[in-house]
Amino acid sequence: MIDFEDSESEKILRQTVRDFAKKEIAPHARKWDEEETFPAALIPKLAELGLMGMKAPEELGGAGMSTQDVAIVIEELARVDGSVALTVAAHNGLGTGHILLAGNDAQKKKYVPNLATGKWLGAWGLTEPSSGSDAAGAKTRAVKQGDKWILNGSKTFITQGSVGDVYVIIASTSPEKKQHGLTAFILEKGQKGFTVGKHIEKMGCHASDTSELNFADVEVPEENQLGELDHGFIDTLQILDRGRISIASMALGLGLGALEAARNYARERKQFGRAIADNQAIQFMLADSATELEAAKLLIKRAAWLSDQGRRHTYESSTAKLWAAQAGMRACDRAIQIHGGYGYTREFPVERALRDCKLCEIGEGTNEVQRMVIARHLIGRA
Amino acid sequence: MIDFELTDEQRLVRDTARDFATRELLPKAAARDRSGAFPVEELRALAKLGLLGVNIPEPLGGAAAGVIAYSLAMTEVARADASVSVAMAVTNMVGEVIVRFGTEAQKEALVPLLTSGDALVGAFGLSEPQAGSDPGAMSTTAKRTANGWRLDGNKQWITSGDRAGVFVIWAKTDPAAGTKGISAFVVRGGTPGLSAGKHEDKMGLRGSSTVPLLLDGCEVGEDALLGKVGGGLSVALAALDGGRIGIASQALGIGQAALEAARTYVKTRVQFGRPIGEFQAVQFRLADMATELEAARLLTLRAAWMKERGVAFSKEASMAKLYASEAAWRACDGAIQLHGGYGYTRDFPVERYARDCRVTRIYEGTSEVQRIVIARSLLQQASNA
Repeated sequence: MIDFEDSESEKILRQTVRDFAKKEIAPHARKWDEEETFPAALIPKLAELGLMGMKAPEELGGAGMSTQDVAIVIEELARVDGSVALTVAAHNGLGTGHILLAGNDAQKKKYVPNLATGKWLGAWGLTEPSSGSDAAGAKTRAVKQGDKWILNGSKTFITQGSVGDVYVIIASTSPEKKQHGLTAFILEKGQKGFTVGKHIEKMGCHASDTSELNFADVEVPEENQLGELDHGFIDTLQILDRGRISIASMALGLGLGALEAARNYARERKQFGRAIADNQAIQFMLADSATELEAAKLLIKRAAWLSDQGRRHTYESSTAKLWAAQAGMRACDRAIQIHGGYGYTREFPVERALRDCKLCEIGEGTNEVQRMVIARHLIGRA
Repeated sequence: MIDFELTDEQRLVRDTARDFATRELLPKAAARDRSGAFPVEELRALAKLGLLGVNIPEPLGGAAAGVIAYSLAMTEVARADASVSVAMAVTNMVGEVIVRFGTEAQKEALVPLLTSGDALVGAFGLSEPQAGSDPGAMSTTAKRTANGWRLDGNKQWITSGDRAGVFVIWAKTDPAAGTKGISAFVVRGGTPGLSAGKHEDKMGLRGSSTVPLLLDGCEVGEDALLGKVGGGLSVALAALDGGRIGIASQALGIGQAALEAARTYVKTRVQFGRPIGEFQAVQFRLADMATELEAARLLTLRAAWMKERGVAFSKEASMAKLYASEAAWRACDGAIQLHGGYGYTRDFPVERYARDCRVTRIYEGTSEVQRIVIARSLLQQASNA
């Protein structure tokens, strides 16, 4: 039966994360952005709330949350800081998420408790310099030698690249099978031949670490093969279906944060003898942002609900992410416009929100990739 | 707890409406658009299926299936023929407004006429030549007589105004009191002094009748007053809030029809040696149309769900109506574009969809009025939300 109301526990979770974000994150967000520092000291505090092991089961030290819970957490974090939202999303959804999805009992026992409690940070490596939207082009190669895999290649745009402890790396094991010849492996920080390359300087999400990774004859024991051989792509698609819900939630949170800032500013800022919020031109911008973000919220809820039901949600995740990313960007852009010159300065948080939000139109599949997924659903594989 | 699953009853109403619309409405929709014929038989058939009183209690002849079911049924009917859906929408809302504000006697006398189709359809008389978005500016008056009230004035844009058996008409009982001086009246079709003017020659919804009403010494009894003296504005706002869910549902149905037509066309139309659906520019346009209509569907469902729960839903209804009507318009325009020159001809239905759809951004409150409602709600919220 149709019901749009969050459960009591979801409401409590939202309030808890909102209070936490206001107290522990908001006061530092500008500084972290300007200094491009990864807020390592925040991780234990996030872990205390269970936010570093959201979907991990309790027996592995996790919080046993639903996808709907995760969406709420990411949205609330992003309302004050896109970087922290991204860090938490990537750690939970990609790194830890892949081990939870495809890992065997031994792998889960070995890695998840420390990941879920924030002692270790998780990262995930799919993208390569010449293989972005097209995973079939992955050149990082894993070759079996005795009871070991030897990895060679490089990855780029890796969230938590230089601060991670545990890495899930996708490599080609059967190049002739293209994307259906990919396999996932678990690597650990400091392994011989595994080095962090360039730190990538980004437009936004400055407090989230993004780096290149290089693999030169890295020896990976065969027990660190994650999931079945040549099954990495199929698992990856599932990870992305859920990951897209997180990135959509991040865009929603950034948009809502910007909308709230704009609304407050419009009520206080006086020009021509009255609050600028009294002008219809301002009111209509606020109304459009609010409407578009409500639509995003409902698309996200439906995708997350389907995920929690164990149902297929590829189409719904892509529509949610495509819409939320665009709606978030427009809300941030309008917020800057409503703030006028002040909105263009770092004194106000809206320019940072826009810079952070742009990631959501690109990461975990660009808007264009989402449209490919949606169109395929509508008219079949053309 | 979040749930997106329909109940069996809601599914049944939706499937009944879809089945009827596909079988009985779709085949003649284009012909009605050309001839402007009013869908008398079709409306009677809708009444038999319970679709003229979807959210009206059973003792009054309604289906008592709720607001969500109403929204789903509207979408299905609009998908086949938007002209039929607008008469259906107004009839449902006239019934709902009388159920909510009417006395027992008014309900028993009038609502069964609407649900059974005996009144054929219902109509609202709110807008006037000089009072559109601003009902406070209306000049129609209701003056006391020995036995009741006498209505005088002009109404404009009255859907089914020449066909309806039951009207709700707004007039000023205290012209000095602004919006607080407006009262609502129920008036039977054929009452002396109530007449319809010339049909508006509209861009779309050509199978729906839109006329001005002339109230010239139209005498009604004491029992015609709907709600309180001076309470007309709240009757109007209730009708509009509920009506907006209906129009959002209607827009969604038209947009959905446009998307489906486009999807079918791009799979069969071959250019440069392949179906145009293989071109990304075409795929992406479809993807955007589908995404926006999904969002429109959820906003509409949410507003309907809130109304069904009996909580305030004004802002949500405005968001649904604003978004769905704008998204549906983009979908119709996109569908024409994807059909190329053929889309511009009457050999394909998409130009009709666009013409029918255009008014959803205007009536039941323009998009601009919806933004006023939404902004007012946002700016009234506490700042620490």
